[in-house]
Amino acid sequence: MSEHHHDHDHDHSELSDTELRVRALETILTEKGYIDPAALDAMIQAYETKIGPHNGALVVAKAWTDPAFKEALLADGSAAVGTLGHISRTGDHLVVVENTPERHNMVVCTLCSCYPWEMLGLPPVWYKAAPYRSRAVKDPRGVLADFGFTIPNETEIRVWDSTAETRFLVLPMRPAGTEGWSEEQLAELVTRDSMIGTGLVQTPGAPS
Amino acid sequence: MNGVHDMGGMDGFGKVEPEPNEPMFHAEWESRVLAMVRAMGATGAFNIDASRFYRETLPPEVYLSSSYYKKWFLGLEDMLVERGFLAADEIKAGHASVPPKPLKRGNFTVDSVERVLTRGSFTRPASAPATFAIGDRVRMKNIHPTTHTRLPRYVRGHVGVIERIHGAHVYPDTAAHEQGENPQWLYTVVFDGAELWGPDGDPTLKVSVEAFEPYLDPA
Repeated sequence: MSEHHHDHDHDHSELSDTELRVRALETILTEKGYIDPAALDAMIQAYETKIGPHNGALVVAKAWTDPAFKEALLADGSAAVGTLGHISRTGDHLVVVENTPERHNMVVCTLCSCYPWEMLGLPPVWYKAAPYRSRAVKDPRGVLADFGFTIPNETEIRVWDSTAETRFLVLPMRPAGTEGWSEEQLAELVTRDSMIGTGLVQTPGAPS
Repeated sequence: MNGVHDMGGMDGFGKVEPEPNEPMFHAEWESRVLAMVRAMGATGAFNIDASRFYRETLPPEVYLSSSYYKKWFLGLEDMLVERGFLAADEIKAGHASVPPKPLKRGNFTVDSVERVLTRGSFTRPASAPATFAIGDRVRMKNIHPTTHTRLPRYVRGHVGVIERIHGAHVYPDTAAHEQGENPQWLYTVVFDGAELWGPDGDPTLKVSVEAFEPYLDPA
């Protein structure tokens, strides 16, 4: 970052002030020998390329096609994901909760921003912001309306507040019209929001 | 502490506004802040609970008006100065001028990156059997510590049911303040919506929190 040159002479917005302060802090930490900026570069690159909702989508698609895996996943999320060689960073505390016609699950962290990074990547701004954190536990149907969908009035809504180091992944319902699809095809349908519980997996071809 | 970060059940913040095709970072500095926090955490300068507490103790108007990574940045600066890893004068000057403080787990190098990408474990051996069993009714304690806690206000005093037992975990209430990991049993406690929000609440709602044993009384 120290190699970059920015001209902020005419821009004294809060953003540019923050940017300068952040650069100064990195300079100090580097001069003190605490961090190597190249290590920060490598970490950022890993976040940008290796983690993301594609990991969670693969887990969901596998659960939809492999009943034994699904059973194991719901019993112990971390252990089941650990058996998939291509996903290795899950940690010990993953809890997978299943949506059914009787119950819709939704995940929030009212106190900060706890989120299953290893499954879904870094959380979106709305997940970390006051409107979602305040309302999800009290008016989840209103929140779902903000996302543009409703669930039946008789369906139970279960909200999981992530107040400790346990992390929650929603296993959405498999849409109709996907019989015989491969795991890879199914994974393409699975959205990030469907694994937070603020979206549904759409039937292919249906208007979203 | 009873801070503005404890948002569950508050009104007035408006609609949730998802951003289509949201980028991972909205500016380069956000990625540097994320990386610095993760890196300094990996050196042992602070643990995850302390980093949360320093964000919670930002002045309420700052907490509410700052973007997410701005809060991370402000909390990081405060924490590093208070713990003696930086001098306030160095921040003013933009350069290091005093010798570094030794780090518990050493400096953060390229070789350390892999370690932060794999999530750590917070499970610890329990010092006593769990007090509660699945199905037990529990009342959340009505306590208001001014220090760090993961017991949200909206469940305090309310009765729920133990649904899952996760083993003993690092206890944030002490770990945040360098008072030790002090492992405690961790439970999922589920509440009826009406128990939390009264008879006008959504009758189909159930809410759970992850609760450490010291937060619970039998009910």
